[in-house]
This record gives sequence, structure tokens and C-alpha cells, in this order.
Amino acid sequence: MQVPARFEYERAQSVSHALALLDRHGPESRVIAGGHSLLPMMKLRLARPEVLIDINDLAELSFLGVEGDELVVGALVRHAQLLADPTVGRFFPIFHDAERVIADPVVRNRGTVGGSLCQADPSEDLSAAFAAVRATAVIQGPDGEREVPIREFHRGPYETAVEPGELLTRLRVPLRPGAGSAYEKVERRVGDWPVAAAGAQLRLDGGVIAEAGIGLTAVGAEHFAAPGAEEYLTGRAPGEEAFAEAGRIAAEDCNPQADQRGPVAYKRHLAGELVRRVLTRAAGRAAGRAGDRQAGE
Amino acid sequence: MQITVTVNGQPYTRDVEPRLLLVHFLRDHLALTGTHWGCDTSNCGACVVHLDATPVKSCTVLAVMCDGHEVTTVEGLERDGELDAVQKGFAECHGLQCGFCTPGMMLTARWLLDNDPDPDEGRIRETISGQLCRCTGYENIVRAVRWAAGHEAGRAAAGEGAREGTRT
Repeated sequence: MQVPARFEYERAQSVSHALALLDRHGPESRVIAGGHSLLPMMKLRLARPEVLIDINDLAELSFLGVEGDELVVGALVRHAQLLADPTVGRFFPIFHDAERVIADPVVRNRGTVGGSLCQADPSEDLSAAFAAVRATAVIQGPDGEREVPIREFHRGPYETAVEPGELLTRLRVPLRPGAGSAYEKVERRVGDWPVAAAGAQLRLDGGVIAEAGIGLTAVGAEHFAAPGAEEYLTGRAPGEEAFAEAGRIAAEDCNPQADQRGPVAYKRHLAGELVRRVLTRAAGRAAGRAGDRQAGE
Repeated sequence: MQITVTVNGQPYTRDVEPRLLLVHFLRDHLALTGTHWGCDTSNCGACVVHLDATPVKSCTVLAVMCDGHEVTTVEGLERDGELDAVQKGFAECHGLQCGFCTPGMMLTARWLLDNDPDPDEGRIRETISGQLCRCTGYENIVRAVRWAAGHEAGRAAAGEGAREGTRT
């Protein structure tokens, strides 16, 4: 029977209460939301917090919607909520693509967006999706809020910019009128971590790529991104050849490790092929949304 | 610490350790052994119960997190001595062999039908994709859920009142 080691349990009533609890209990306390990463780690003694601070009651962190020219995703938004939201699907199909292949429907009822990002697993899908759309993480601490670009949020495996005593409260994603996005993953079986996965967002302007965002996960891409491939694409006409070359660059720049999910060469091949595919799909969706833009979106 | 959890409509107050998992709270503290304890790693779905009307894997939820919340287990599916349509479907369509995955499968199926009264086979398979039947009896599980959907549609048409709305 797998049971976590003993710990104290506190239930936060508000964000400020959660911060006060973090302050009171110090670095051996951990925030818990969905718990689908933390509890398995606690059962295996890979994590052994002395105090768990439950933030599931903080409705203020469950906000999901458009505010001004941004999509705001509260840290406590469940995977299922992100997947079910039509506004998210309209502006950022990349998130719906990704959520369909994250864990399974029952786990998605419980797991949260903020928890996934803070877990900072090197194979996490949402980390690549948020990197592709260049989100901003909003972190709250005792001295107020600060913002961190998502590509500076992950400092390494299981390590983020969230300091002890701080809480990730939401993600802000700039709306890019007329942009298209997509995500694709290769997994061994339903609900598994990816062998490799890629996400992309493209904004086209005057027949050329004005902005490209590419996210990669499970293949050792620094900050879950592919800046070399993005740079190559910017200013070019979209097309099969350009997308294949971007895939080649992204595959070359990443640093996959061999494990039970496959050897390095296979993962590198997947990285390139998946980048090519998501760029193609993102471009198609961007073309499909060109009418939106003319309609004054 | 002391918690009060409403299980199948009845409040239970118990003193528990914070590290107690919901599945063990149900089985060992409340003697509701219909919820099965399987893989312990949120993979198999044998332990699925409803938490506030939404299916969750109870091996990966702490009992203390359910303080003040509502849980429904397989024991809470029947009403007034009558089996739920999903339970009847599993009986009619041979939806179980060894029965180990069955409570979790039925609770997820109940939730699916509450949200989509007429799911096609693909939707059913996707919804139960986080639950394993080691007998590999998926064909009949899908048939059982389809049977339940048809049964409820028939009852609704006959004016007996659909199950929807009684569980929100």
C-alpha cells in the first residue's frame, strides 16, 4: 500500500491566507491543488513536505476568460475546464489539442494548469504549449505580484521561478488576431507522458510569417522552446519547405535523453517531424481565421 | 483532524490523519468496500468515485480535502431500491467479468450520461480511457453504457422522468 509520510494539513481560505501559511510554515511546506503529481511523489517519498497547504477553495484562482487583449488562465483552472472552454478553443486551439492528450478525462477533472507548470516535469505538455504562445506567469508573494515570461519560468527539471513563500496565481496569454496554433504528441499509450510533443503558433502578415512560437517537450529543449527554428521562420513565406527546415533546426537544437520511451535518434526524429506537422496545422488554422481579422476581431 | 464528508447523501464525521487517502477513508473507515483499490498510482481507475458530482481517482485525493464536500460511491448509485440505468446496463449486457473495474467504470459512465445522454461509441471509449479492464471486456462495457443511454431515453419518452436533473 502506498501512503504518504506524515504531514500537517492546512486549508487556505484566500490567496493572502495561503501566502501567510507559506510564510508561517517555511520551505518545508508545499501547496497542493489537484495533487496528481505531488501525491504520487509523496507516496514514493520523492517529495516529503511537512505541511500541505490546500488551495482548492481559492475560487479567485479559477478564473478563465478574456480580459482586454489577453486570455487569463487562473492557476487553479482544471485541465477539463481549459479543454471545455469554447473561447480557449477559438483563440488558442493549441490548448485544446494539448489537453485532449494530457492524462485521461478523470485525471483532467482534478489536475490544474498551475500545478502542471509548477511541477516543472521536463515532459510536461502545457509547459510547451504556454512556451509556444509566449505566456506570462503571474506570481504573488508577500511583497505583491511579479511577472515572469514563461520562457524564464522553468529553471530546470522540477525547478521554477516560484520562490519559497510565493504562489503562481495565473497565466496571461496575449491574443494575436489571426494567429493559428496547434499541438501534437506521440505517446506510447493513452494518458502517458509524451515520447515527444510539439506546439506551434503562427501569425501571418502580408503573406509572410510575422511571428512564430514553437514549444517542445520531453526532448530536452531549453525552456521548452525552439528559438532557432522560430528565428528561421520569421519573415519567411509559410510552406512545406520552410516548415520542414524549421523542424530540422528544432530537432538539431534539442537535447533528448534515451530512456524507456525511446533512443535519442528516434526522439530527435519525432521532434523534427512534430514541429513540421504543428507548423503546417497552425498555418492552416491561421488562414482559416484571416476572415475573423477582417471582421474586426 | 476531524472531517465531515457527505457520502451518498449521508454526512459522516470522523477523525483521520491528513495522509489518509479518500479510497481508504471510504473502505476502511466507512466500510464502503464497493470502491475498489487498485493500482495506487491514478492509472487504473478502479477507485473512481464522484467528488461534488465529478469523477475523480480516490487513490490520489486526500480524505481531508473532501471535508465539507459530497462523495458518491457505487453504493449510492441505486435509488429507492432500484438499480441505476447504468447498473442495469452492465447486468443486461454482461458489462463485467471479474468485476474489479466495474464500480469505477459505472461512476464514470453515470457522469458521462448526466452530461451527454446519447454518447456514441467513440465518446464512451474516450471517457473511460483512464480506466483499465484487465479482463479486456471493453466491448460489453461500451454496450452497457449505450444500453443505459437508450433505456433512459426510452423512459424519458414514456414520461417517467429522465435521470438528468436529479443529479447535478
